Amino acid sequence: MMSQQGYVATPPYSQSQPGIGLSPPHYGHYGDPSHAASPPGMMKPAGPLGAATPGMMLPPGPAPPGSHQFGQNGAQASSHPSQRFPGPSPVNNVASSYAPYQPSPQSSYPSPVSTSSVTQLGNQLGAMQINSYGSSMAPSSQGPPGPPSAAAFQGPPRPPQPSILQPGSQVLPPPPTTLNGPGASSAPPTAQYQPPPLPGQTLGPGFPPQQANYGPQMAGAQLSYPGGFPGGPAQMAGPPQPQKKLDPDSIPSPIQVIENDRAIRGGQVYATNTRGQVPPLVTTDCVIQDQGNASPRYIRCTTYCFPCTSDMAKQAQIPLAAVIKPFATVPPNETPLYLVNHGETGPVRCNRCKAYMCPFMQFIEGGRRYQCGFCNCVNDVPPFYFQHLDHIGRRLDHYEKPELSLGSYEYVATLDYCRKNKPPNPPAFIFMIDVSYSNIKNGLVKLICEELKTVLEKLPKEEHEETSAIRVGFITYNKVLHFFNVKSNLAQPQMMVVTDVGEVFVPLLDGFLVNYQESQAVIHNLLDQIPEMFADSNENETVFAPVIQAGMEALKAADCPGKLFIFHSSLPTAEAPGKLKNRDDKKLVNTDKEKILFQPQTNVYDSLAKDCVAHGCSVTLFLFPSQYVDVASLGLVPQLTGGTLYKYNNFQMHLDSQQFLNDLRNDIEKKIGFDAIMRVRTSTGFRATDFFGGIFMNNTTDVEMAAIDCDKAVTVEFKHDDKLGEDSGALIQCAVLYTTISGQRRLRIHNLGLNCSSQLADLYKSCETDALINFFAKSAFKAVLHQPLKVIREILVNQTAHMLACYRKNCASPSAASQLILPDSMKVFPVYMNCLLKNCVLLSRPEISTDERAYQRQLVMTMGVADSQLFFYPQLLPIHTLDVKSTELPAAVRCSESRLSEEGIFLLANGLNMFLWLGVSSPPELIQGIFNVPSFAHINADTTLLPEVGSPYSQQLKMIMNIIQQKKPYSMKLMIVKQREQPEMVFRQFLVEDKGLYGGPSYVDFLCCVHKEICQLLN
Amino acid sequence: MATYLEFIQQNEERDGVRFSWNVWPSSRLEATRMVVPLACLLTPLKERPDLPPVQYEPVLCSRPTCKAVLNPLCQVDYRAKLWACNFCFQRNQFPPAYTGISEVNQPAELMPQFSTIEYVVQRGPQTPLIFLYVVDTCLEEDDLQALKESLQMSLSLLPPDALVGLITFGRMVQVHELSCEGISKSYVFRGTKDLTAKQIQDMLGLTKSAMPMQQPRPAQAQEHSFISSRFLQPIHKIDMTLTDLLGELQRDPWPVTQGKRPLRSTGVALSIAVGLLEGTFPNTGARIMLFTGGPPTQGPGMVVGDELKVPIRSWHDIEKDNARFMKKATKHYEILANRTAANGHCIDIYACALDQTGLLEMKCCTNLTGGHMVMGDSFNTSLFKQTFQRIFSKDFNGDFRMAFGATLEVKTSRELKIAGVIGPCVSLNVKGPCVSENELGVAGTSQWKICGLDPTTTLGIYFEVVNQHNAPIPQGGRGAIQFVTQYQHSSTQRRIRVTTIARNWADAQSQLRHIEAAFDQEAAAVLMARLGVFRAESEEGPDVLRWLDRQLIRLCQKFGQYNKEDPSSFRLSDSFSLYPQFMFHLRRSPFLQVFNNSPDESSYYRHHFARQDLTQSLIMIQPILYSYSFQGPPEPVLLDSSSILADRILLMDTFFQIVIYLGETIAQWRKAGYQDMPEYENFKHLLQAPLDDAQEILQARFPMPRYINTEHGGSQARFLLSKVNPSQTHNNLFAWGQETGAPILTDDVSLQVFMDHLKKLAVSSAC
Repeated sequence: MMSQQGYVATPPYSQSQPGIGLSPPHYGHYGDPSHAASPPGMMKPAGPLGAATPGMMLPPGPAPPGSHQFGQNGAQASSHPSQRFPGPSPVNNVASSYAPYQPSPQSSYPSPVSTSSVTQLGNQLGAMQINSYGSSMAPSSQGPPGPPSAAAFQGPPRPPQPSILQPGSQVLPPPPTTLNGPGASSAPPTAQYQPPPLPGQTLGPGFPPQQANYGPQMAGAQLSYPGGFPGGPAQMAGPPQPQKKLDPDSIPSPIQVIENDRAIRGGQVYATNTRGQVPPLVTTDCVIQDQGNASPRYIRCTTYCFPCTSDMAKQAQIPLAAVIKPFATVPPNETPLYLVNHGETGPVRCNRCKAYMCPFMQFIEGGRRYQCGFCNCVNDVPPFYFQHLDHIGRRLDHYEKPELSLGSYEYVATLDYCRKNKPPNPPAFIFMIDVSYSNIKNGLVKLICEELKTVLEKLPKEEHEETSAIRVGFITYNKVLHFFNVKSNLAQPQMMVVTDVGEVFVPLLDGFLVNYQESQAVIHNLLDQIPEMFADSNENETVFAPVIQAGMEALKAADCPGKLFIFHSSLPTAEAPGKLKNRDDKKLVNTDKEKILFQPQTNVYDSLAKDCVAHGCSVTLFLFPSQYVDVASLGLVPQLTGGTLYKYNNFQMHLDSQQFLNDLRNDIEKKIGFDAIMRVRTSTGFRATDFFGGIFMNNTTDVEMAAIDCDKAVTVEFKHDDKLGEDSGALIQCAVLYTTISGQRRLRIHNLGLNCSSQLADLYKSCETDALINFFAKSAFKAVLHQPLKVIREILVNQTAHMLACYRKNCASPSAASQLILPDSMKVFPVYMNCLLKNCVLLSRPEISTDERAYQRQLVMTMGVADSQLFFYPQLLPIHTLDVKSTELPAAVRCSESRLSEEGIFLLANGLNMFLWLGVSSPPELIQGIFNVPSFAHINADTTLLPEVGSPYSQQLKMIMNIIQQKKPYSMKLMIVKQREQPEMVFRQFLVEDKGLYGGPSYVDFLCCVHKEICQLLN
Repeated sequence: MATYLEFIQQNEERDGVRFSWNVWPSSRLEATRMVVPLACLLTPLKERPDLPPVQYEPVLCSRPTCKAVLNPLCQVDYRAKLWACNFCFQRNQFPPAYTGISEVNQPAELMPQFSTIEYVVQRGPQTPLIFLYVVDTCLEEDDLQALKESLQMSLSLLPPDALVGLITFGRMVQVHELSCEGISKSYVFRGTKDLTAKQIQDMLGLTKSAMPMQQPRPAQAQEHSFISSRFLQPIHKIDMTLTDLLGELQRDPWPVTQGKRPLRSTGVALSIAVGLLEGTFPNTGARIMLFTGGPPTQGPGMVVGDELKVPIRSWHDIEKDNARFMKKATKHYEILANRTAANGHCIDIYACALDQTGLLEMKCCTNLTGGHMVMGDSFNTSLFKQTFQRIFSKDFNGDFRMAFGATLEVKTSRELKIAGVIGPCVSLNVKGPCVSENELGVAGTSQWKICGLDPTTTLGIYFEVVNQHNAPIPQGGRGAIQFVTQYQHSSTQRRIRVTTIARNWADAQSQLRHIEAAFDQEAAAVLMARLGVFRAESEEGPDVLRWLDRQLIRLCQKFGQYNKEDPSSFRLSDSFSLYPQFMFHLRRSPFLQVFNNSPDESSYYRHHFARQDLTQSLIMIQPILYSYSFQGPPEPVLLDSSSILADRILLMDTFFQIVIYLGETIAQWRKAGYQDMPEYENFKHLLQAPLDDAQEILQARFPMPRYINTEHGGSQARFLLSKVNPSQTHNNLFAWGQETGAPILTDDVSLQVFMDHLKKLAVSSAC
C-alpha cells in the first residue's frame, strides 16, 4: 500500500497454477511500508526511500515518484527572489513547488487509500502492487548502506543549485529516517489488509523480509481462483467470492489513474525548476510555471530519466522519446513566451554545437566565458553580453534575461536566419475551391464562399496590430484552374483560367494576393459570384497536384510563405500530374502487400511536398469524399507540409456543415508559424535519431516544416551514442526557426533537462504512459508503410511484454511467475497499447474503409500527447448523473459496455467524434430536458445538433460538450445513438476496453496475453 | 491600237496584268536569250468599278486535267451549243442554262471586253469575317494607351456582324473570353511553352470531347456556336464589353528589373491565336492582327534574350552567324505561317518600337499569309494610327478592301509552262501539265493560296516558253493564259474572278523588232527586281547584285545597238532606255542593300516590295522627285543631286517616306517669315503646294509613309541625299566646279559611272 501502485494481476495460465501455492510469498513486495516494518534495520538506512518520502509531513497529495531532487530544486526555485518575470512570485514558488513535490514520494499510497474504489475493491491488489518506486529503491538500498545511497540521490541535483540560500527548505531532506516514521505509520492501514506474513520467504530471491509482509494479501486473492478458470482471466479482486471472470475493476483503470493525478495535482502550480521531474498527466489541469525547463505543454517525454548506458536502454526497451509541440497554446493564466532581441548580433550561440544561450550554459571565469551544457565547449562571452557573476557563480542579470532563467523563450532572428538574407514577407492564405459538379450540387461551394466572407475577418494577427498582415488569394478549379484578380481598384474581379495543368504556373502577380480589408468589396463580389459562375458546370473531373503546385508557385512568385486551404471532394482522375486511379483493393488487406494501401500511388506528391516545404507552403486539405478518394495519396502533401487533413464523409449540408465550418474557422484562426526549421540538440552521449510528425527532412538533423501550428507535435526518438552521466543529466534543446504571421523571423527555444540513472527502476519510475503510447502509435503508423501489419502488431506486443518483463525481472521483487507486475508509471500501459492495437490502422479488416485508415494514420502522426491519449482512450461521461449546479466535468467511466446502463445517458468523445448514447430507459425528464420531446421514442437521432431547450440539463450538457471540444484540433461531430438501434454499432467501436467489433481482444484478454508473453520472456 | 504603251495601259486597266514581253518569243531557246523572262505582274483583285460581278457559276472545260473557264477566246459553235477550250482544245457542251445563246445573245464571259469577269457563287455557309486582336502589353504607358484607343476605334470600323477576339500577351498569354457578365475571364498560357494545336484547343475547351454531349445530333450545331461564342463574338453583341476590356487593359504587371527587357511571349501568343482559329473556323476569312512593341524575348520564337546588354541581332551578327535565336525563331514562325495559310487565315503584324522587333524572324507570318506588315516607332504616332485605320477603308461599293482565302490558279496554253510566283502566297502543290520544272519563286504548282489580299496585292508570275525551236507556231498563233482567282469577298460572298489573256507569238529571229517593241521595261524592271529580292532572301547580297548586273549586261548585249568594243556607239531603243536606270537604283535600294538597315527594316521593305503593284514598286525602286519653284508649275525632276537647288522645294516619294526638302534660299526665306507677309503670299503658296501634294499621297498610300519635312542642312535631309544619284560628290565637286546641285558625301558610283561601265561591258566581246 505504501508504495506507488504497481499492479499485480494473476492470470489464469496454467503455469501460474502451481505457483499459487508458492505465490503468496512472491506477491510480497516491499514497498515503503515493508522497509519500515519488517527489516527496520535495513530500511532505515535505506535513506533514499526515506528521503523520498519526507513529503508525508506535508499534505499528503501524492505525486509521481522521482521527487528526491525536488527538495533541492525547490530550494533553488525559492531562491529566486529577484526573478523578474511576472510569472510566479518567489513566495508562490516555494509553496507551490514544494507542495506537489514533497508528497510525491508517498504519492502512491495515499491515493489508493483515500480515493479509489479500485483500491477498496482490490486492495489486496493494491497491496500487491509492486511499487515501482519502492522496488527501485530496493536494490539500491540493498547494496550500499542507506546513507551513501541517500547521498547519491541528493548528490546530483546539488551542484547546480544554490541550496545554500535556502537553509530552511534544506531542512527537509536531511531527516529521512524520521520521515520514514510517518511512512511507516501510514502503512498500517494497508497492512491491515495483509494479515499474516507468509512463509514464502524461501522463494524470495533476496528479500525475504518484504515478501513476508505482503504475502498474505496476495494469498487472499489467490485463493479465489482455484475455483478453476479454464482460459478466462483470473479475477484478482474477489477474495470474498470466487468469480469466473477477472473482475474488470480489479485491473488497472485509466480512469482511476487520471482521477488520481487530477486529485493530487489538479489546479495546482507546477513549476519546472527541477531536472527530470515527471509532470502531471495531460488530463490534469494545472498551472505551469516556467522555471528553467520547458513546460510539459511544449515537451513531454516517454521517460524523464534516461538510462545511463545504451545497454541499459536496450535491456529495458523503453523508447526514449520526446513529444514536442513547439507552438502549443498556453492558457491565459500562464505567461506567454518572452521575446529576446539582441539586435543585429543575433542570439548568442555555442561556437561548436551552435546551441542557443539557455539556462544550461555555465558561466565561468567571472562571467567572461561560459561552458556549453550540450557539448561542453568553453566559449567566450561576447562583449555586449558580458555580465558579472554573483557569489554563487550566477550572472547578476540571471532573472532579467529569459534565456538564462527560462525553459522556453523566443529570439528575434537576424537576417542571417532569413531566406536569401532578406526579411520575409508576411505569409499568405490561398483558398482553393473544387468547383466540380458534385461540390456545386451539394451546396458546398456556396457554403464555403459564404463562410469565407465572415471568417476572413478573423485572420490571425499579432496582438498589437490592428489588422492582419496575412494576404489572401483565391483559386477555383475542376480540371483546370481559375485564378482571381481581386485587386482593390478593380470594379469587378478578373478570372484567369490556367488550363496547362501539366505544367501549372501563376498567371498573375499583382492582385492575386491582397489585403482582405483593402479588397473586401471585390472579394465579396467574387465570393458571391463563384457559386453562380459554375452553377451550370457539369464538369466532374478534377485535378489535384496541379492545384497544390499552383498555390505553391503563387507563394513562390510573391516570395512569401503561406498556407493553402484546399476544399476537395473527388479522386483526381483528370489528365494531369498526380492523376490517380481507384486502387482500393480489399484483397490486399491482411497480406504483405497491405502496406501499399498506405503508400501514395505516385511519387508526384512526394516531390511536390518537398517543393512546398522548400518554399514554406503548407497545405491544409478539407476532403468531402463520397467514395474512395485515395487519402493515402491526397493526404501526403498536407502531412509533409505541416498542414491538416480534414475529412467529411458523404458530406450533407444539414448534418455536417457545422462541423466543417468550425474546423475551418478554427484552422484559419490558429496560432501558426511558417517556413520553420526545427533542430533538436542534445547534450553529449545521446542524440535525436528519428522524427515523426508533419515534417519533412532533407538530412538527418534539420526538421523542416512548411508550417507548424499549435496542434502539431513532433515526436523525436533518442538513442545513446555514449554513456550518460548521472550528474550532468540529459539535456534537450529544441530550436524552431520560423516566420510569424506578421512576417517576422523568430527563433523559439525550448530547453528541457532530464535525469540519468544507472538504475532501471529510476527509468521505470519516470515513465509517462501517455507519451509512450504517442511514440508507439507514431512509430507503428510510420512502419505501416514498410512492414506487414502483422509484424508490427507482433512487435508492439513483444515490446510491451519486454518492457514489463524487464521491469519484473530487474525492478520488482521476486514473485510468482503467475503474477503480472506492472510498474506504477505504466499501470495503464497495457490497456492503452491494446487500444492502439485495435485502432483501425493496425487492424487488417476489409470492412474498414481504406481511406479512413489512411486518414487516421495521418492524424495520429501529428498528434500531441493529449490528443493521442483521448484518441486512443475516449472519454466516456455519464450524463444522467449530472449535477446541474456543478461546472466541473462529471467523472468519466471506463470505456466498456458494462459501464453503460439502460437508464443512463452517456457522452463519448475521442477528439474526432462525439456520441450521445441514450439508454432505452433513459429518464424521461432528462430526455425532455435535453431534446424537448416526451420520450425516448420521439428522439430524432438524425441530427448533429442538440435542440435549444434552455433547461438546466440541456445547458449543462452543452457546457460539457463545449469543454470537451475546447482546444481540440478537430471539431467533433455529434452523433445521437439510441440503444439497440443500428448506429450503436459505430458507437461500440469506441468502447475500447471491450472486445473489438472488428476483432481485437478486450482489455482483460489482452492483459492475459501480455502476461503470458512476459512469463515466456522470464522463462 | 496605237502604241504598245497604250496597249499595255489598257490591258493593265482591264485585266490588272502587265507582262514583261507583250509579244512572245516562240521557242524556248529564243525565250531564254531574251534574258528577261516571260512574266507578268498580276493584280488579281484590281478594283473594277465598271465590272459588276455576274451571279452564276462559271462554265468549266470538262477535261478533268484542264477545267479552264469558258472565255472570250474560246471557239463557240452556237448552233451545236458547243465550245472548244482554248487551252486543251476539248469540245464542251454548254450547260442547259445556256440553251438560249446565239451570236447576238452571248453570255458576258464570251464578250471580249470581259476578258476579266467575276462570278459570285453560292457555296457553303457564309461565315462572318473574323478579327483576332493579339496585343502586346509590354508597352510604355502612353504607347499602350494610344494602342488601346486605336483598337477601340477599330471596333467601330469593323463590319457589324464580324466576330472579334482578343488575346493579350506579355510574360503570359491571355485569351479573353468575351461573353462573361460580372467578371472578366481569360485563359492564361505560359509564355515559354510551345503547344501543339491540339493542346491549345484542349486547353481552351474547344475539342468536342471536352463537352459531354447528351444529345449528339442536335447538339452539334449549338455546340459550334457555343464554342465560338466564348472567344470570338459578333462585334455588335460585345462592343461595350470589349471596349471596357480594352480600356482596363493594364501593362504587363510582371516586374522588369533594371537592365532587362520585358519578357514578351510573342511566339506563344501567335501560336495560340493560330491554334484558336484553326480549331474554330478553319477555311473562313480571318485576320490575326498582332500588335507588338518589341522583340519576343522568351519561349518559342524568341528573338533576343532579356538581357539588355546583349543587343538584338544585326546584319553583321547574321553574317557572322552570330544570331543565336534567329534560325529557331524563324522556324517557329514559318511553321505557324504555314499552318495559318493552310487554314486560310492571315496574320498582320503591327510592330511599333524604336528598336527592332523581330520582323526578320516573323516576316513569313505576313509574307506567306498575305497579311500586312506595319513598322513604326510608336503606337502613339499618326503613322500607325492612320495606317491601322486604313486597313478598314472601304471601296466604291462600301465593301471593305480586303479579301480572304483566295486560291489563284493559272492555266496556260501548251507552249507555255508556269515557272513560279513571287508574292504573298503559298504553294498549294498542285502539279499539272502546265507546271514547269524550271523554278522561279514559289514554284512546282499551278495553284497558290493567298490568304489575305486587297485590291492592290500584286503577284509576279513567271513563265517558261516550252515550245521547241523546230515546232514553229502557225502564223498569227496566240498564246493564252487564264488566271482563276477564287476568294471570299469582304461581304463574305464566295467569288471567282477569271482573267484570260492572249498574246501573239513571234519568231525571235525574224521578228525581233516586234518583240523588242513590245517590251514593257517597267514591268520587266519590277519582275527582275522581285526575282532579285527573292534571291536576296536566301543568297548573299553581292551574289544577287552580280547576278542582276550580268542579266543587265546580257540584256544590253542582246538588245543594244553598238559596235563591238566601242562603248560610245552603244544605244538602246526607247522601250529599253529606262531599264538600266531602274537597275541602277534597284542596286542602291534597301531591298538589296542591307548596309545602314537593320534586318527588320530590310524585311519590312522587302515585304512591301513583294506585294505592291507596278506603280508603287517602281516608286520603291526609283523614288519620284518633284521640284517646286517660282519658275513654273511643279515638275518631276531627275533623282539626282543636281536637282537639289537652293531656290527649289523638293518633294520626294520613296513609297516609305515622303520628304519635303526646302532649298537653302527657300529655307532662309521661310526663316525670315516672308510667308507671313501679305505681299509675299505667293511664297506662302509655294510653301503650301508640296504640302498639299504630299497630303494627297499620304491619303492614298498604305502603309502610311514616314512624313519628313526638312530643309537644306537639316539632319533629316539625309533621306533625300541617300536616294539621289550622287552625280556630284565630294570627289568630283571641284571637277564640276559649278554651283548647281548639292554634293553628296559618298563613295557610291553615280549613274553616269554605272552607265559608262555598262556600255563598256556590253560592247565588250569578253563576256
